[in-house]
Amino acid sequence: MGHFTEEDKATITSLWGKVNVEDAGGETLGRLLVVYPWTQRFFDSFGNLSSASAIMGNPKVKAHGKKVLTSLGGAIKHLDDLKGTFAQLSELHCDKLHVDPENFKLLGNVLVTVLAIHFGKEFTPEVQASWQKMVTAVASALSSRYH
Amino acid sequence: MSLTKTERTIIVSMWAKISTQADTIGTETLERLFLSHPQTKTYFPHFDLHPGSAQLRAHGSKVVAAVGDAVKSIDNIGGALSKLSELHAYILRVDPVNFKLLSHCLLVTLAARFPADFTAEAHAAWDKFLSVVSSVLTEKYR
Repeated sequence: MGHFTEEDKATITSLWGKVNVEDAGGETLGRLLVVYPWTQRFFDSFGNLSSASAIMGNPKVKAHGKKVLTSLGGAIKHLDDLKGTFAQLSELHCDKLHVDPENFKLLGNVLVTVLAIHFGKEFTPEVQASWQKMVTAVASALSSRYH
Repeated sequence: MSLTKTERTIIVSMWAKISTQADTIGTETLERLFLSHPQTKTYFPHFDLHPGSAQLRAHGSKVVAAVGDAVKSIDNIGGALSKLSELHAYILRVDPVNFKLLSHCLLVTLAARFPADFTAEAHAAWDKFLSVVSSVLTEKYR
């Protein structure tokens, strides 16, 4: 799994401090469902997902997006033990939610894109590299308990 | 997978804006690629890959120009990129997984530079378009 330098940790932490988790969560999950429509398979109970605007405005999408990013944000304080941090969630995603880990990669890259939109120039190639490490490590941790 | 009319319109209209920054976009895309996915550097042992290098700039321009060609012939991407497709299949032989990585870094570059234009719909259109381009470039691999 990824090794985070002190610089990576500082970069990730400081950027995250400026993120509105509610807004970013809705954007990220919404865009996942718009850009990769097959991911809608997990959200039959979410109501209207019939168009990009329906998805982006859907209150259940926003709420769930916030949940997901809050969880991700919580892990930032434990970058050296993401496997431990996400052990239970990993089991949940495997045993109860039946989510193909490929989806974690898709969500991670959508999050990176949302951060780029929000931070623009500040989201330099160096900052992106730290975040790619982050989302890769989270995806790996979330799939570590799959069986 | 083929692009809808709406998707083509989005791509073409955004390209008009994008093309004014084509060269720097190309350079930035490659910088992002090499930093975020260092294994991609294995295809460039003969390059000076330091940020600002002339080779990086030249290659970035090439890549973005090719994307531009695909945009200009968006109704026939296969035809427009046929030679490039052969180049990748017989000479370059870049493993197909890398097209996703490059596409992602180009998307991130566009998102950072054109945040207002990069709506969810535009994001979807671009991701799909680059996926089509990637398919064309790997279609002669075997």
